[in-house]
Amino acid sequence: MSSDFYRELILDYYRNPRNFGKLDPHDIDAKDLNPLCGDEVEMQVKVSPDKDKIEEIRFVGKGCAISQASASMLTELAKGKPLEWVRSLSRDDITKMLGTSDLGPARIKCAMLSVKVLKTGVYGYLGDKYDEPE
Amino acid sequence: MLEPTKTVDVEKVRGDFPILRRTFDGKRLVYLDNAATTQKPKAVIDSLVDYYSRYNANIHRGVHQLSIEATEAHEAARKKVARFLNAGSHREVVFTRGTTESINLVRFAWGPAAVKEGDVVLLTLMEHHSNIVPWQQLAKERGARIEYVPLTPDGRLDMGEFERLLGLSPALVAFTQCSNVLGTINDAERLCSMARSAGAVTVVDGAQSAPHMAVDVRRIGCDFFAVSGHKMLGPTGIGALYGRRELLDSMGPFQTGGDMIKEVHVDGARWNDVPYKFEAGTTNIADAVGFGAAIDYLASVGMDRVRRHEVELLRYSFEKLSAIPALTVYGPADPESRGGVISFNLADIHPHDMASILDAEGVAIRSGHHCAQPLMDHLGVPGTSRASFYIYNSYDDVDAFIAALLKAKKVFSV
Ligand SMILES: Cc1ncc(COP(=O)(O)O)c(C=O)c1O
Repeated sequence: MSSDFYRELILDYYRNPRNFGKLDPHDIDAKDLNPLCGDEVEMQVKVSPDKDKIEEIRFVGKGCAISQASASMLTELAKGKPLEWVRSLSRDDITKMLGTSDLGPARIKCAMLSVKVLKTGVYGYLGDKYDEPE
Repeated sequence: MLEPTKTVDVEKVRGDFPILRRTFDGKRLVYLDNAATTQKPKAVIDSLVDYYSRYNANIHRGVHQLSIEATEAHEAARKKVARFLNAGSHREVVFTRGTTESINLVRFAWGPAAVKEGDVVLLTLMEHHSNIVPWQQLAKERGARIEYVPLTPDGRLDMGEFERLLGLSPALVAFTQCSNVLGTINDAERLCSMARSAGAVTVVDGAQSAPHMAVDVRRIGCDFFAVSGHKMLGPTGIGALYGRRELLDSMGPFQTGGDMIKEVHVDGARWNDVPYKFEAGTTNIADAVGFGAAIDYLASVGMDRVRRHEVELLRYSFEKLSAIPALTVYGPADPESRGGVISFNLADIHPHDMASILDAEGVAIRSGHHCAQPLMDHLGVPGTSRASFYIYNSYDDVDAFIAALLKAKKVFSV
């Protein structure tokens, strides 16, 4: 495997995370960790008055550059999007967002942790339950 | 050229390990994850093939030739483990799945009858989860209380505190002989002697010591000693528990079922003699044979030479590492008082990112909490990167490791 995925972009978001912090008040609060790595991400979302859009979103967390940069970039991507959009978020979207294609099986979990957290929170808000695909 | 250390002919040893011939994008494998599991010499792999090709059979109850041969090989392996640890007899060696199961055997077969409400179980802050969680469970079940021996700033047990905590008359003192994170080698003999004087039963986690140095359980004077075969050139799924004979005799069974009984009637059963009392069901025969082959291999090198080799690699590594600013290495600084395990952090590079970058250079290390979260909390870090040595590692491996480390430093601009 190559380590080319440590681009400037990822390191920049790791060291200067955008949308880092708690959001109060919020309508959605979800948190998860990756027991293998100890990566941790918590996301809080304020839903729009007509209850269909992500109005504000912030995160807190700790862990590797991939997991934290992914969480931060995802908050930027998600802001203003319809809640339903979250359902369609895929692995490809995340690798595209990170600007990389070669995160191997060991590290893709780090990148996808923030997606798992956001989906868990939004699905819960919509009265569904999110199950991580294999 | 691989430069042999004064003690082990690394090039010759490397030739015995088929996996070390693998390359990744043209880079040779630099395997520095030996504290997690070690590679297997051809002699061990062959012993498994030989077992399944020539004399595979269930053991103990068979009268046919294959069963006799399999039983003999299985029991010969037990004797090899007994000799390797210098147990008093092969009856003091129980085959298990590994260190974790060995400790759980003590927790289930010894614990409930021996630990009472209000008792103290004494552990240390440098334990692997496998020497913590079973005792937490036992303590919860019995209404006992756990205390931890704290550490000094350089990662040794605080002996003053140990002595003070022994004043609580713990029922059990359980500690690792060598830390899988700090590398610290604890003076097991002294700890056991002090614990015994305080009336405690002792469990020594030998997962990281037995593979790397000469171990003598009777000299240590412990009641129980746990090892994993896979961390000492053997197959996965096999390990052993040494237990002092009187204790093993006095204990109830672990799992129950076939083979662990003398006789069974509709209204009850009588247990088999030790160690068979603790080996219910068909055991891992092939891997026990492989474990025996691993011990033969280690004995042919000599455990004192294994140890010297690792001390030399440590000394060489520390010299090189000390030139890297912003690098934190955990544990004692003196190679003579620690095992061949180097845990470190470099500036704000997360251990997983470090391991990924090293992997890209063909250098396999481990990153994370190393199943020692209480120790991570104590160190105030989420995890560490860890390089760990064995007999097939060379100065070249250390050089490759350092070069990869410098690459990571550059990628992260620290
Ligand atoms: C100190 C220590 N104890 C116990 C264990 C557990 O060994 P196993 O997983 O083989 O049961 C390990 C290995 O990870 C270890 O390093």
